[in-house]
Amino acid sequence: MSAALRWLPQGTVYGALLNFRREWDLWAPQMTEAPYKAAPQAPVLYIKTANTFAPCGAAIAVPDEVDVGVTLGLVIGGFEEKLPPALAESAQAATKKEAGGLHRIAGCVLLNDLSRPHASYYRPPIKFRNRDGFLGCGPVLQAVPDLSTLALELRINGTLAQRIELSTLVRDAATLLRDVSEFTTLQAGDVLMLGTDCLPDGTRPRAKSGDRIEIRAPGFAPLVHTLIEERAT
Amino acid sequence: MKRARIAWAGAVHDAIERDGRLELLTPGFKGRLLDFGDVVWLPPLGDMPPHRPRTVLALAINYADHAKELAFKPPEEPLAFAKGAASLIGHRAFTVRPDGVQNMHYECELAVVIGREARHVKRGDAYDFVRGYTVANDYAIRDYLENWYRPNLRVKNRDTCTPIGPWLVDAADVPNPMKLRLSTTVNGQVTQQGNTADMVFDVPTLIEYFSSFMTLYPGDLILTGTPDGVVDCPVGSHVVCEIEGIGALENTIIEETGRQRPSDKREQL
Repeated sequence: MSAALRWLPQGTVYGALLNFRREWDLWAPQMTEAPYKAAPQAPVLYIKTANTFAPCGAAIAVPDEVDVGVTLGLVIGGFEEKLPPALAESAQAATKKEAGGLHRIAGCVLLNDLSRPHASYYRPPIKFRNRDGFLGCGPVLQAVPDLSTLALELRINGTLAQRIELSTLVRDAATLLRDVSEFTTLQAGDVLMLGTDCLPDGTRPRAKSGDRIEIRAPGFAPLVHTLIEERAT
Repeated sequence: MKRARIAWAGAVHDAIERDGRLELLTPGFKGRLLDFGDVVWLPPLGDMPPHRPRTVLALAINYADHAKELAFKPPEEPLAFAKGAASLIGHRAFTVRPDGVQNMHYECELAVVIGREARHVKRGDAYDFVRGYTVANDYAIRDYLENWYRPNLRVKNRDTCTPIGPWLVDAADVPNPMKLRLSTTVNGQVTQQGNTADMVFDVPTLIEYFSSFMTLYPGDLILTGTPDGVVDCPVGSHVVCEIEGIGALENTIIEETGRQRPSDKREQL
């Protein structure tokens, strides 16, 4: 597949922080402490800007060690697309009304939401998350499967580094869509990432230049890329 | 030159300011003059290429006086966040105030439009990468502030909450963007006054900072922060953010329920 044909986002890409129960639970004791002072109420979101988009197969330049953030992105569709049946059911449960008012979904993609490690979630993470190439994108848009049973697997240099169960989301896809839509109308082509899980100790899998990253899920074309050293300027 | 993007006669047009009117650039209507009140004003920005949605970067507490007002000490490096371009709306548009909120305030900001791909740009070269300037009103709803990636997107990424315009003024026509008076009026009363000279991080420094780790592309935006003097704007407020030599951006706050527009809109304008 030529690079030109590989999928890239067309619209704004939103990410959700603290959307896996494991990380939420690890953070819970300090959520009421300074500087946070209270647990987050609305989804904690961030944006991956266009300079971060890297097609499948790309060599992504990294300054030093990076956190690998395996996630699934829902791609918002136009008028012709419908909410997939599995999501529609869950959306109805979440909103207790017709799902027709919710966003239509064109499909989903595997994504690698890279970031430089940062211990504080107090200030916006631009310099950690918005470096060039820091969003590895799955090769093709795919139909949305049953997300409640979907597991994603991360391999670094062929070794299994993390297994992510989408059943452990704090806000499932439909709930996240609803809560984001409360203040921002997602547009056709926009991408809503469901969040990245941490390891049992609260860190994320680390990778460095020279590493080969492989993200797989049943029924999905794998997302593969390598990390290379950022050239000094 | 002052450039606008407008909707008129069922289509979107590029236009320039000509003696207090709009001159259309669309070939089929070339040279036609329209009054400011006869068009719908859109953000004065061009389309972005496929797979490159517009990056909108915004600064928090980038004026020393605003930092004092909000009880923060000025940051040691730019405190920046990203916004989705979908929150942008044009001049003379309506911004929705959610029901029940207590503090929704404007933020009059100099907006920088990038003109050339910028990566590892040095401060001294930064102005070469600027296409032009416009005025942004980066509304915030403080009721929704949370200390997680603060300012969080529920405060800063809302539909209708980032008016921008009316004009994109060519960089060549702004000899010193770091010495421009800013002011905001609410229903004709001056509530905010400042000068871009008081920015903590000036435009060249911001371009150097961002481009040190992220490539900026033509059409990307940097909203450079707001000075002292933000006040709550109830429904019906007519808010005008003006920057010397760049433009006066008008906006009216409307209520959420029913998304009604005020019946006295014409008089207010």
